[in-house]
Amino acid sequence: MARTEFNIELCKGCGLCVSVCPQKIIALRKDILNSKGFHPSGVEDMDRCTGCTICATICPDCVITVYR
Amino acid sequence: MSNRVLMKGNEVIAEAAVRAGCRHYFGYPITPQTEVMHYMATRMAEVNGTMLQAESEVAAINMVYGAAAAGARVMTTSSSPGISLKQEGISYIAGAELPAVVVNVVRSGPGLGGILPAQGDYFQATKGGGHGDYRNIVLAPASIQELYELTVEAFNLSDRYRMLTMILGDGALGQMMEPVEFRDVEPIENVAKPWALTGRKGRSEHNTVTSIYIEADVMEAFNNKLQAKYAKVTENEIRVECVDCEEPEIILTAFGLVSRICRNVMQLAAKEGIKVGLIRPITLWPFPSQTYAEIAAKPSVKAFLDLELNCGQMVEDVRLAVNGAKPVHFHGRTGGNLPTQHEILEHIRTLAGRNA
Amino acid sequence: MKPVFTRTTGLTDKPFHYCPGCTHGIIHRLIAEVMVEMNILDTTIGVSPVGCTYNNYEYFACDMIQAAHGRAPAVGTAIKRVHPENMVFTYQGDGDLAAIGAAEIVHAAARGEKISTFFVNNAVYGMTSGQMAPTTLIGQVTTTSPFGRRPEFEGYPINVSEMIATLRGAVYVERVAVNDFSHITKAKKAIKKAFRVQQEGLGFSMVEILSTCPTNWGKDPVASLRWMEDAMFKQYPLGIYRGQDLEV
Ligand SMILES: Cc1ncc(C[n+]2csc(CCOP(=O)(O)OP(=O)(O)O)c2C)c(N)n1
Ligand code: SF4
Ligand code: SF4
Ligand code: SF4
Repeated sequence: MARTEFNIELCKGCGLCVSVCPQKIIALRKDILNSKGFHPSGVEDMDRCTGCTICATICPDCVITVYR
Repeated sequence: MSNRVLMKGNEVIAEAAVRAGCRHYFGYPITPQTEVMHYMATRMAEVNGTMLQAESEVAAINMVYGAAAAGARVMTTSSSPGISLKQEGISYIAGAELPAVVVNVVRSGPGLGGILPAQGDYFQATKGGGHGDYRNIVLAPASIQELYELTVEAFNLSDRYRMLTMILGDGALGQMMEPVEFRDVEPIENVAKPWALTGRKGRSEHNTVTSIYIEADVMEAFNNKLQAKYAKVTENEIRVECVDCEEPEIILTAFGLVSRICRNVMQLAAKEGIKVGLIRPITLWPFPSQTYAEIAAKPSVKAFLDLELNCGQMVEDVRLAVNGAKPVHFHGRTGGNLPTQHEILEHIRTLAGRNA
Repeated sequence: MKPVFTRTTGLTDKPFHYCPGCTHGIIHRLIAEVMVEMNILDTTIGVSPVGCTYNNYEYFACDMIQAAHGRAPAVGTAIKRVHPENMVFTYQGDGDLAAIGAAEIVHAAARGEKISTFFVNNAVYGMTSGQMAPTTLIGQVTTTSPFGRRPEFEGYPINVSEMIATLRGAVYVERVAVNDFSHITKAKKAIKKAFRVQQEGLGFSMVEILSTCPTNWGKDPVASLRWMEDAMFKQYPLGIYRGQDLEV
C-alpha cells in the first residue's frame, strides 16, 4: 500500500518524475493547467504505486509527497 | 592619569579601532598604510580578535561585508588603488545598509600614481565611487589626536545609521608621529543589531541580508528610504571647524593636512594686517554648506581661497555652497608636493589687493 | 500509511523560480534536508551567489546573505570568523566560482576556512542566458562560443575539484551529480559529509555538483540529464578528490 500526492500548483510539468517512475504510472495531465500555466503531472494508477520515492527524489520543485 | 603617547598615524588608526570595539580587521598590503596591518597582526591576537590578510582588496571588502552582516564592528584600511578595488563592496554595503569603517590613506594618482600624500580621492569618497545612489559618511582628520577620535567616532556613526563611514587621511597623516591621548573610557555606543546574521537560534524567522531589489517600486522605495536616512545624517552630523571667521577679509578653506599649513599662513597674514579666516570641514560628507553660505554673506568677506592637494575637487562643493555670493579661488598642488606658506601668502595678498 | 517523503522544513514556503526541470531545485532540497537531519538549521548561515540562484536566501530557512558575484567565499570566511561556532556554507555557480570568483575560492580553500562550498557546475552561465563558462566543454556551443568551444581560441575547461584538491587547506572535495536516484542519494551523503567536516573543524570542504540547465542547453529536462551523463561525466569524473579516508 502506497500513495503519492502532487501539489500541482508547484508543478512545472518538467516530466522528470514521469521518466523515472519504475512502475510507469506517472503522466503529465494534458487536460488541466495549473495557475502557472503548466500541465501538472499525476499518478494514473495509484494501486500500482510502491512508494519507492524515486519520483519525489528527482522532482526539482518539491511537488510530491509519498506515503507508505 | 594621562594616557599620552607618541605614535604614528597608521598605528593610531589601528589602536583606535581596537579601543572602539573592533575585533575584525581585513586588509591587503599597500603603501602608505601597511603599518595598520602590522599593528593589527599583534594587537588583534592580544584581544582575541581577527586580523586576516586577504588575497586582494576585493576580497577584503567582501569580508568586511560578511563580518558587518554577522553583527561585528569591522574595519578595512587601504590606499587609493586599493580603495578603487573596494568600490564593489562599498556599494554592496550601502545597498544592504551595513555598518563598516573604511580608511583611505590617500596617495597620489591616477593609476598606480605615487606613494606621496595627496587628496585626489575627494570625489571618489564623497560622490559615490561605486555604483548607485548612495553616500558614505566621510571624515577628514587633520591631526593624530583627531585621527584617533574620529576613528572611534566612525564606528559609532556607522552603527547608528547602518552605513559605511570612511576616513579620508593622507600619506603624511599616516606616517607622521604626534602625541596622542587615549581616553580611558571610550564613548562606545552599543547599538542593538536584531537584523544581524547569527544563526536563527530559536528565532521564528530567518534573517536575510541582501542588496537586491528587482521590482521597480521596491527599488525606488529602498532608494527613497536611503535618501531619507542621508537627510537625517546631514541634519545631525555635520562637523566643521571655523577659525577667525567673525570679520575676515579672506576665507581660506582646506581639509586635513593642508588646513595645518593654512593656520601658519593666517598668522603671517595677520602681521601684514590682512584678516584671514579658515573653514575646515571635518565631515566631507555631509558637507557643511550652510557654514559657507553664512560666512559668504558677511560684508567683510572679499573672497574664498580653497586649498587642496589635487586639481580642484572640494572646490566644487565650496562653490555650490557659496553660490556666487563671493568669488571662490583655487590653489592646488599634486604629486605629493605641498603648497608653501609663502605661495599661499602671495595668493592671499593678491586677493586682498595688497600686492603693490 | 505514513508520510515517507515530505517537503523539508529546511526550505521556506516560497516556490522556486527556476526553469522547469532545472536541477538547482534538487540541490537546494538536499542541502535543506541535510541541515534539518543534522539539526543545524538554527546555527547555519548560508551565502547566496550571483547567478540564477541569486535569491536563494529566500528559499533556505536558515539565516542567509547575498554576496557579490564570486565573492561568497570571502563573505563566508568573515562570517565564520565572527561566529566560529556557527555553520557557514556558500552556494555558487560555475561562472560565479570558477571565473570572477576564482581567487576567492582558491584562497578560502588554501586558508582552510572552516566553511562548506556547494559548487553547482552546469557548464554555462545560466542567468545571463547561456554564455560560455570556465566549465564549458570543448566543442560545446554557447551564446558566446557559437562555433563550439575551441581550445585554441577559448581555451580549456577548468576541473575545479581536481584543482582545489591540490590545496592542503581543502580537506574534503568530492564531485557528485543529480541525474538519477542513486546519484542524488550519493550527492546528499556528500553534502552531509561536507557539513560534518566543518562541524569537526577539520578545514575547508567542497562538493561539486553536476547540474543541468535545460533552458540554455536547448534540451528538454530529461534529455538534459542524459547529456550530463554522456558528455559531462567524461570531462568531470565523479568521485572523491580529497579526503578519501576521512571518517566523519
Ligand atoms: C560583477 C558582475 N558581473 C556580471 C554580472 C552578471 N551576471 C549575473 S549572473 C552571471 C553568471 C552566473 O552564472 P553561473 O555562476 O554559472 O550561475 P548559473 O546562473 O548558471 O546558476 C553574470 C555574469 C553581475 N551580476 N555582477
Ligand atoms: S513512489 Fe515510486 S512507484 Fe510511486 S509514483 Fe513515485 S516513482 Fe512511481
Ligand atoms: S518532476 Fe516535479 S515539477 Fe517535474 S513534472 Fe514531476 S512533479 Fe512536476
Ligand atoms: S537558466 Fe538554466 S540554470 Fe538558470 S534556472 Fe533556468 S535552467 Fe536553471
